[in-house]
Amino acid sequence: MSAYILYRHRDIPNLNQLDVYQKNGGFEAIKKAIKTMSPAAVLNEVKDSGLRGRGGAGFPTGMKWSFLPGNLWPHYVVANADESEPGTFKDREILESNPFQFLEGLMLAAYAVQANDAYIYLRGEFWQIARRLDTCIEELYAEGLLGDKLFGTKYSLRLHTHLGAGAYICGEETALLESIEGHLGQPRLRPPFPATFGLFGKPTVINNVETLTNLPPIIEKGAAWFKTLGTEKSPGVKIFSLSGCVNKPGNYELPLGTTFRELIFTHGGGIPDGRTIKAIMSAGASSVIVPADDRALDTPMDYESTQANLNAPLGSASVIILDDSVNMAWLVNKTVHFFRHESCGKCTPCREGTYWMSHLTRRIAAGEAAPDDIDLLNIVARQMQGKCLCALGEFSTMAVTSGIEKFRADFEKLVNH
Amino acid sequence: MAEIKFSISSNDPLAKPELKKIIDEVIDRNKHLNGATMVVLNELQSKIGFISRPMQVYVAQRLGIPVSQVHGVVSFYSFFTTSPRGKHTVKFCLGTACYVGGIPQIIEKAKQILGVEPGQTTEDGEITLEVCRCVGACSQAPVVVIDEDLHGRVRPNKFPQLIKSIQPGQE
Repeated sequence: MSAYILYRHRDIPNLNQLDVYQKNGGFEAIKKAIKTMSPAAVLNEVKDSGLRGRGGAGFPTGMKWSFLPGNLWPHYVVANADESEPGTFKDREILESNPFQFLEGLMLAAYAVQANDAYIYLRGEFWQIARRLDTCIEELYAEGLLGDKLFGTKYSLRLHTHLGAGAYICGEETALLESIEGHLGQPRLRPPFPATFGLFGKPTVINNVETLTNLPPIIEKGAAWFKTLGTEKSPGVKIFSLSGCVNKPGNYELPLGTTFRELIFTHGGGIPDGRTIKAIMSAGASSVIVPADDRALDTPMDYESTQANLNAPLGSASVIILDDSVNMAWLVNKTVHFFRHESCGKCTPCREGTYWMSHLTRRIAAGEAAPDDIDLLNIVARQMQGKCLCALGEFSTMAVTSGIEKFRADFEKLVNH
Repeated sequence: MAEIKFSISSNDPLAKPELKKIIDEVIDRNKHLNGATMVVLNELQSKIGFISRPMQVYVAQRLGIPVSQVHGVVSFYSFFTTSPRGKHTVKFCLGTACYVGGIPQIIEKAKQILGVEPGQTTEDGEITLEVCRCVGACSQAPVVVIDEDLHGRVRPNKFPQLIKSIQPGQE
């Protein structure tokens, strides 16, 4: 494996200290951008690199930036550090161990769209990390790397951290904006999209922590270099969070297009206790449950292939491994209860749907269900699909419909006992 | 905005001068911020330990926003509590990886040892059990968070040892 790009702290000790980060090329990219490149040139470089959002949707980052109108000001940039998807723990490591590369990336994004204020929204559980980030930001002000008239130009930039308070839904970008504004974290109806009506009603770009952390190396080494990594349509490296029934759970930075087999067996050390792998959830609790056959294991993990081969979005690439001791009906019950608890209550399909699904899955898992309940559960889930205000509602049905489709026997075992 | 009259019981934080001072300080320091509500409530939760009804009314008055808005935010986010908690909290992560990793058995063990269910506080007011959604440490599943410390790869037979440090008379 070549040198790390995002997890550089694994090669360089104490990279979370400003002087160490600077000695290792830190803040050269932002200096180069502000001093020698126009905002449009930065945007185009990122567009050319083909970088896609690492939060889950995989939307091209440069294109997202280009949607901001030039005649509405001010612009804002928001870093989404509300890493709440069960099974996802990649951003935590960046924020703890390589925070300056993330901050530099955020600064680059802000410069590209000419925002003078950028916000970092962290989940409430990250309060210690938020405190450390505040210290990092203070250091940058003291060094003249943040504040007014950066590097002798007219450009000024301020960074602000903002803590959530324990709500999964706030990872959804419009709910996140509501939360920063001090309201309930409930998603907004779109359109208007955040690109025109975002934070405090102004044009806003929202990017994931990992996406932003990719920016300094892209500006430093260029789009052409970035494209040599990963696949043609999904360039770059990705951090895969591996957890569940596997010998070596953890974060693995690998090129996009690495197969599930390589991640699980070469890097993750295989399945413990001599058990066999039964299923994979590739995008945390929001994921469809994929039977771990050869076809699935040999699928490259990039945005196109997992969708095409397995009908499963790669999402945030939080790969949860399930072995043959796990009953999928039981797993679906846990997943549905999670979503029922986290449903914000704004739209009816999700609020009522997760409620009814949770009753059915509980009955099935407890062995109290009638045979018809499996189909009823499937119908409730399918009724929700395509009707929810935001993606959370859709996600809550993923494990249900795929679980029943692929592992019906697990459900029947609990019903016909 | 008309001042809302409300009664404050003698054990409410607002009735205790030293706590009232903290509450005022937090509000004064943050009230000018865009989106001050969350910032103020977050700080009050961590400094006072909970946000009582009278405190919610007081925050709304001081920030010049409706009480319903403050109460809405308090009841929406799971971090905010409206009644006092035990001196220590033990949280069990219910994320997918922790479930697969065996958190249900650990919760059972805790119920046996402490005699309370998640959501309840022991009779001596020492320990509150809580469940929480994924804390983002899935590689260390199953995870138990005691006060502010995260403990990973907890096994049911190791759990009694783990909570000894916060049980009174067992230090």
